[in-house]
Amino acid sequence: MSATRVPVVDGWFTAEGGEFRLLGTCCRDCGAVYFPREDAFCRAPGCAGTELAEVPLSRRGRVWSYTDGRYRPPAPYPSDPERAWRPYTLVAVELATERMVVLGQGAPGVTVADLAVGMEVEVVPGVLAEEDGRTLTTWHWRPVSEERPVSEERPVSEEAS
Amino acid sequence: MTGEVAVLGAGMHPWGKWGRGFVEYGTKAARAALADAGLEWSAIQSVVGANTVRCGYPGQVAGATFAKALGWQGARVTSVYAACASGARAIDTARAQILSGMADTVLVVGADAAPKGFFAPAGGDRPDDPDWLRFRVLGATNPAYFALWARRRMALYGDTAEDFARVKVKNAVGGAANPYARYRSPVTAEEVAASPVVADPLRLLDICATSDGAAALVLGSVETARRLGMARPVRIRAVSSVSPTHPRTALDLPDIATDSAPPDSSVPDPFRPSIARAAYEEAGLGPEDLSLAEVYDLSTALELEWYEDLGLCAPGEGAKLLREGATAPGGRIPVNPSGGLASFGEAVPAQAIAQVCELTWQLRGRAGGRQVDGASAGITVNQGLFGHGSSVVVVR
Repeated sequence: MSATRVPVVDGWFTAEGGEFRLLGTCCRDCGAVYFPREDAFCRAPGCAGTELAEVPLSRRGRVWSYTDGRYRPPAPYPSDPERAWRPYTLVAVELATERMVVLGQGAPGVTVADLAVGMEVEVVPGVLAEEDGRTLTTWHWRPVSEERPVSEERPVSEEAS
Repeated sequence: MTGEVAVLGAGMHPWGKWGRGFVEYGTKAARAALADAGLEWSAIQSVVGANTVRCGYPGQVAGATFAKALGWQGARVTSVYAACASGARAIDTARAQILSGMADTVLVVGADAAPKGFFAPAGGDRPDDPDWLRFRVLGATNPAYFALWARRRMALYGDTAEDFARVKVKNAVGGAANPYARYRSPVTAEEVAASPVVADPLRLLDICATSDGAAALVLGSVETARRLGMARPVRIRAVSSVSPTHPRTALDLPDIATDSAPPDSSVPDPFRPSIARAAYEEAGLGPEDLSLAEVYDLSTALELEWYEDLGLCAPGEGAKLLREGATAPGGRIPVNPSGGLASFGEAVPAQAIAQVCELTWQLRGRAGGRQVDGASAGITVNQGLFGHGSSVVVVR
């Protein structure tokens, strides 16, 4: 079975060049960085910038906080109600260069017991869900120092979005 | 100082899961507030409704909806929405009308009929809506954000699950004494610890429920209150409705990421403290002048955050203040004597109005078994999605 792989949101991440990265935008006038991307106007109150360039965000950051979802979230979260709910972790990660915190799900197999505030994590390609015969791809956070957890992930080259 | 308006009347419909419509709840609360003020509905010159996004078109035009339900009589109508701060924005709008001379008597109403379980975004595919996106991409429910903040406190300040449970136990004492609360039984720390984890580290009893409920106020000028024979009316002295400043460096609902901070700036969480600070400045008083506070305890851990943001203690010392009993009934500064959201569950557009109803009854000395002795000044504070927050200072 090779379901069509589509990103859950267009333009938020890429694996071009073989390296998986989150994509933000950067104001050409003031240098403010945005994720999710701003493409029309800079939101800095003193900046009139209208040109924002796509920039990859740092691959690694440190855990700002984390939790998990013990109950199935409501729609539009893609989840088959016929299947048993499997909790996943949510990790808020502080990127030192951008000085911003970015949320993401933890990679499969990463539980709250594997995480600690301040721990170094890296962004990796992941699968959010199967929906209507398509595989929705996303980004995951995974501890850098830990052994690679049990994972459904495929080689980066197949994750191209 | 902006100028004061008087609380002429306060009324509520009990919180719960009643299975009826929000218009019925709101109308009951409005009638109760009118009776409390001793005013006929025909004497109301303006109606300000706090909207609900869950109840269709009538919920989006709440001012008109309640004016019709009470019987069209030609009053000016206004409908406002500001997420969890909607009720306080309705109060703020009423206050502006009174202080500007547009109206002498204004009815403020907020009511909701909430579904069971997690709040969810409206239907449809809306990939440019941050609220839709956080559910779609992350499944990040409101309790998930509460849990992220709670875990952060544990890491930064050493707060424990036992501290969080202590907030629930304290607030359940208030709820048990409040006929308008949904949950009216005492709760033990053991019961909190035995409830299922919803979003680690928070358990079911750490997180506020979603409820049906309604609250209403009749506001007027201080002169109107005197004319009605109220020698010492409860007065609203300040309403804070400030917005955040860029860059927002604290992760907040419904965002997937914070703003990016410039390299040379400090990175505090400036928004929540700014909500109360604006109210204090407008009221010309400070935390040391307060008799009590009603804070938005969406989770037990968040109540501790508010202690710090209100200036009741230094950052990181919220749990210590709680453990000392300062915020318990009979303490130095009781917080959520009403029972708080822990005992009510959230009826979004009604909640910030209900906070002011509680302060009104407390300052009148009519809060029964949950009365704070000698209450003369109180503050409310809340925060909602999309950069909304509110704080109301009430004095007598």
